[in-house]
Amino acid sequence: MGVSAALNLDELIEQGQELRNALGAETEIQDEIVTSIYRRAEAIASKVASQVDRGRDWNKTIDDLLTSRLVGFPLMLLLLGGILWLTISGANYPSNALASLFFMLEDQLTLLFLRWKAPEWLYGLVVLGTFRCLAWVVSVMLPPMAIFFPLFTLLEDLGYLPRVAFNLDNIFKRCGAHGKQALTMAMGFGCNAAGVMAARIIDSPRERLIAILTNNFIPCNGRFPLLISMAVLFLGAGGMKYGTAIASLTVASMVLLGIGVTFLVSYILSNTMLKGVSSSFALELPPYRRPQVLQVLIRSVLDRTLFVLWRAVKVAAPAGALVWILANINIGGVNIIEHLAGYLDPAGRLMGLDGFILLAFILGLPANEIVIPTLLMSYLGAGALMELESLSAMRELLLARGWTWLTALNVMVFSVLHFPCGTTLLTIKHETGGWKWTIIAALLTTGTACLACFIITQLVHIVGLLF
Amino acid sequence: MKHNYYPPGIRGIDADYVAALAGNPNTGKSTVFNALTGLNQHTGNWPGKTVAQARGYYRHRGKTAIIVDLPGTYSLSANSLEEEVARDFICFAQPDVTVVMADATCLERNLNLVLQILEITPKVVVCLNLMDEAERKGLKLDVDQLAHELGVPVVPTAAHTGRGIAQLKDKIHSVAVGEILPRPKTVTYGTELEEAIRQLETSLQRIYTNGISRRWIALRLLEGDHSVIEAIRQYNLAEGKQEG
Repeated sequence: MGVSAALNLDELIEQGQELRNALGAETEIQDEIVTSIYRRAEAIASKVASQVDRGRDWNKTIDDLLTSRLVGFPLMLLLLGGILWLTISGANYPSNALASLFFMLEDQLTLLFLRWKAPEWLYGLVVLGTFRCLAWVVSVMLPPMAIFFPLFTLLEDLGYLPRVAFNLDNIFKRCGAHGKQALTMAMGFGCNAAGVMAARIIDSPRERLIAILTNNFIPCNGRFPLLISMAVLFLGAGGMKYGTAIASLTVASMVLLGIGVTFLVSYILSNTMLKGVSSSFALELPPYRRPQVLQVLIRSVLDRTLFVLWRAVKVAAPAGALVWILANINIGGVNIIEHLAGYLDPAGRLMGLDGFILLAFILGLPANEIVIPTLLMSYLGAGALMELESLSAMRELLLARGWTWLTALNVMVFSVLHFPCGTTLLTIKHETGGWKWTIIAALLTTGTACLACFIITQLVHIVGLLF
Repeated sequence: MKHNYYPPGIRGIDADYVAALAGNPNTGKSTVFNALTGLNQHTGNWPGKTVAQARGYYRHRGKTAIIVDLPGTYSLSANSLEEEVARDFICFAQPDVTVVMADATCLERNLNLVLQILEITPKVVVCLNLMDEAERKGLKLDVDQLAHELGVPVVPTAAHTGRGIAQLKDKIHSVAVGEILPRPKTVTYGTELEEAIRQLETSLQRIYTNGISRRWIALRLLEGDHSVIEAIRQYNLAEGKQEG
């Protein structure tokens, strides 16, 4: 049956071709079909729909304002700053509350271990390693996420994101990239793996690759806790006047740095490795809709907050155990972490970081969320993760290790620009169909991060010398 | 090929019928999908394609319905992966009913896709969504007239408030089980084109086309779009092998 059907199909194609030739050019037929359908649609619509009264078109008025040159960009910045301010000032109290709750839990756990007369190494591994790392991740990450995600989703639901894409389209085009990259970039704030996957909306393979390679420059929610804690501790310190505002501004400028680097790298890529002209697309600005507040809250808590938190917890628990083991095995009187950090130290110093920080970033490959807990644990050396009293205890520890505002700044910059996390790398491999672009993505980002930190550090030193 | 479209997870549910959900982007398709299926959802990829697919199920009038959310598209011309996925599903998986979403606030533009789908399958229910928004804008829509003009059931909804979802389920049920036999009024083309279509349709009677509308295949052939024929060839070859 297969063979005879195939023959008939060829005859059929031939017959179709003959008939087509008799009718005129191919495009003419396509045109006639499309035009007929449009005309019928028009006829039906005019019979069925009628305008009763024409009120003022608010959508258009608002759109003209939001996408205008004068108001569009400042408003975007204002919204970004506003969301961050709400997140930082709102997350403070619940973070401390959660921390003290976990502290109480730890006491109970300790009592339990004592009662069972558990060996000391088991207590260290389970409570001081795994549990503390977990507790830190949850109490630092949960509150900002629970505030940031719903706010972001509300903007999404309102219909603001397509307007952002509209505003940014022009810049992306000038960089030789696709305007839809603005949307994949926005997804990156949630999760870079999702942003990389979202690049499917870009049809041209060249522009899609650019979007995939640069997506990681947008700090995902796994990195926001790091940015926020660094900013709060070192650049807008707690007691300071306008501390929250300065911290918000710092985080906002880190986001802008990420976006700026996205543009720059897109431009460089489209003029070197991925040469080509950018293709155009039609962007539909959907009408503004009243957000379904309750559904937004439920969805963003269930789908995003808990999902991301669960992922962090899954990774943080084994990572906490691993770091504890590394920090408690001594070779020649020095534990493994100190050995490793020693090798990395010279490179770290050049960039205004140190070996421990670089090691924490490397150990944080599975998930960016655990970079800070890992760092704290390795600083404490033979000990375990510090007690979770407050953020200021963390500041003391870091200051004791020779940190300055410059170190914190470099950690933030490195975090924004460095290699994608394991999940994102695997997604890149899956989406680009091989290791080649995955490795390029890792090298490109890490190279950019090292370069940026190096330049910042050297600049500050030169300026510092001049003073 | 049909089984390809139903990955094992959802096949486990004994479905009485399968409904596809098509429509332009931004017509509230996901909202309708959520309203229909609630939490009984599963997301994944289309087999072998990097296009996301969502499936779900619900029970209505004692029957279990599977809903397959097709990618949002403006047409079915197979210019993009999304359009190809949507078109192939309607053609080859042959859902028992295809729900086409239309945005009540810009009906004319949305009717293009409706009319294109009506050329492929008569088993269509049009979901005229965002009715509340149209009303706010001062638009008056004659739903009965629209159903009459298209020849298929039309259900007005405002999915985000849940309005019309029960009626939509009723109509999906009626078309799926054959209580309603829609008689779509498809677009008529110029006389020469219609004559060419008629000739091809006659030839197509000799070929096994898996029940795909002959008129629609004829139109694609005349457009010079051979992807449908190639898809049929693949399908027949695969079936032939299975029989041998």
